[in-house]
Amino acid sequence: MNLARAAGVLLVVAASSAVSAQTARPPLRWGGDAEGGAPFVEADPANPAGVRGFDVEIAGMIARGLGREPRFVQVAWASIEASVERGDFELGMSGVEDRPELRARHAVTIPYFEFREVLAVRPADKARFRRVEDLAGHRVAALGGTTAYQILLDAQKNIGVIPISYDDDVHPYSDLVAGRVDAVLLDNIIAERSLKRSGGFVIQPLPTATGHYVAVLAHANGALRDSVDGILRDRMRDGSLEKTFRAWGVWTPDQAQYFQRALADAPKASAPAAPASGTALVYLPALLRAALVTLTLSCLAMALAVIAGIAIAAGRVYGPPILRVLLTAYVEVMRGTPVLLQLFVIYYGLSGVIRLPAFAAAVLGLGLNYAAYESEIYRAALEAIPRSQLEAARTLGLSEMQILRLVRGPQALRLALAPMTNDFVALLKDSSLVSVITVVELTKETAIYATNVGSWVVPGMLCALLYLAFSLPLSRAARRLERRWSTA
Amino acid sequence: MNDTLPVLPVVAVRELQMMRGGRTVIRRVSFDVLPGEICALMGVSGAGKSTVLRAIAALEPIGAGTVQVRDVELRAGSLPPESQLRALRGKVGMVFQAHSLFEHLSVLENVTLAPIHTLGWTAARANEVAAELLASLGVGARAAAYPRQLSGGEAQRVAVARALALDPLLLLMDEPTSALDPARRTSLGETLRALARQRRGLLVATHDVDFARAHADRVLVLADGELVEQGSADAVLSRPAHPGTRALLQGEGSASDAST
Repeated sequence: MNLARAAGVLLVVAASSAVSAQTARPPLRWGGDAEGGAPFVEADPANPAGVRGFDVEIAGMIARGLGREPRFVQVAWASIEASVERGDFELGMSGVEDRPELRARHAVTIPYFEFREVLAVRPADKARFRRVEDLAGHRVAALGGTTAYQILLDAQKNIGVIPISYDDDVHPYSDLVAGRVDAVLLDNIIAERSLKRSGGFVIQPLPTATGHYVAVLAHANGALRDSVDGILRDRMRDGSLEKTFRAWGVWTPDQAQYFQRALADAPKASAPAAPASGTALVYLPALLRAALVTLTLSCLAMALAVIAGIAIAAGRVYGPPILRVLLTAYVEVMRGTPVLLQLFVIYYGLSGVIRLPAFAAAVLGLGLNYAAYESEIYRAALEAIPRSQLEAARTLGLSEMQILRLVRGPQALRLALAPMTNDFVALLKDSSLVSVITVVELTKETAIYATNVGSWVVPGMLCALLYLAFSLPLSRAARRLERRWSTA
Repeated sequence: MNDTLPVLPVVAVRELQMMRGGRTVIRRVSFDVLPGEICALMGVSGAGKSTVLRAIAALEPIGAGTVQVRDVELRAGSLPPESQLRALRGKVGMVFQAHSLFEHLSVLENVTLAPIHTLGWTAARANEVAAELLASLGVGARAAAYPRQLSGGEAQRVAVARALALDPLLLLMDEPTSALDPARRTSLGETLRALARQRRGLLVATHDVDFARAHADRVLVLADGELVEQGSADAVLSRPAHPGTRALLQGEGSASDAST
């Protein structure tokens, strides 16, 4: 009797949970980058909390096909693949390009859109730069980690094109117009959108290559991928995809041809796994080159920071009140705002006034920012030198300038050494921020490498080892110098 | 020097007044120091001895009166321009109570710094003169050492050598005996006498009565910022006329080495 009752309760519980699972299926979490903008995914002007774009609509079709509600997850475009594998969301789609490495590492849907890589050049260069091959020795921009960037890397090896990697798709075109780069290679959709928005360049009619947008799922999620493929084919057949693409102004006759080809193909097995371009050794030369960039950049920026820092500190200790106020303001502004913002302002914001090369802007941005920190160290060190030392120097007839140079400065330097070492190590790491202004340094190169091999483990360790290879000997040398000074 | 002419003092202080934080700390002090003379500037702690030295060394602007070192005259108001200060500082050397040697420089470098950078000597010449000076003061063997490696007595002799490197007419010393044992005091007295024989004037701020009695030619007594008594060491210290001097003598032995 008791047993029967217990079984009955269990049955009821089981049934009710089955019902609730059916009525409330979990929403389909899909990830995209609203910073990528229209026509892919953009913040909805009518409802800033929501998003719109053709990727948004396609995600909606897929979710409904699965009987679920779509739920958007914002993610940085470059992190979509890593995030989907981590399980942050089930489906990543936001102009994600089909590539062999992508298929080797993740479950990837059939392409839902075919685009062309097109070359954008300044009007004056229309006749001379018609194809990538015409750009030997010239700077060509692309979005980092895309097929277009891969094409440029190949062109670098073969014909000496200089690839410039960007983290966003707006600045390549503004830099093209400004003359910082000579061409931009990107999707026709991005190119046409930029042309409409700002103009100032022409798009070469000759397509360089075609590519496809796909949705990406975690490697283990093959079953869901197959359902999504089925839904995408249905929407190709019933014309909903065409309708969406027309609404967003990206429908071309090519697209219709592509749909026919895609539907004619038997549901093909995912592309043969590309050899996940394996060993670390392949990437080591590129990492070492990037490490050299990091080191050079950090040393130059630190040199600037030290020189400017000394000048600021001297001005704050010895200068007239008005200079002190100005220098204090400089220090507070530079310390109080993100260095990332300062890099943007120097590289993009000032480009109307002075068009700095990216590397120079990086040195300047980091150097001027760290100068504020250095100046505080030097000021404190200068003020820590006992007054009696200065008075002794005065009674010997030394001028104030000589006292600073011969007595106060050298003694302050000994006090400043430890915090300076600290700052240099911090600068070494902060130098990774300059990838936002197209300088490919160690961390950026590691990210590219990690994207290619689909794992952060080996690249991350190599990258960390390289940073440590710079910072550890430096700290040691500083400690040794400190010991020598303290016994002296 | 011609003995028939009146001897020109190395420093002439007239009606000196010094203010600190709105308070008058030195009031109408006048005295001379002659070449070849060891003058002890005495008084209990807080009497204003160091302040007088600092005024003569132009480390602080003077409130009223004048300080004349040969052709350089300090007057009330802010410090004179650097060119005039330089002329003064070639003539006036100072040895601080804590010595204030430059910690980052070796003993030799401490001594050569001023000749090289204010007189424009070559390093070779400055090194040679400095080595002689250090040897004459008995610290020739410590030329390569750094200040923190020196004993108190050694550091003081190096500080004397540093001040003498510019060949000053007047040497100011602030409480030179405060960290010395009796043997070293005697040796310091001998050093001062040797310097006086070189026709230098020495003005030594001290509250050490025994030292003054043994080595000073003349004693100036400060009490509460006023010069209350002066004369030969013997006269002043044996027959004190002023309560301030008597207080100084009573405090003998128990006086702290602190100074203003």
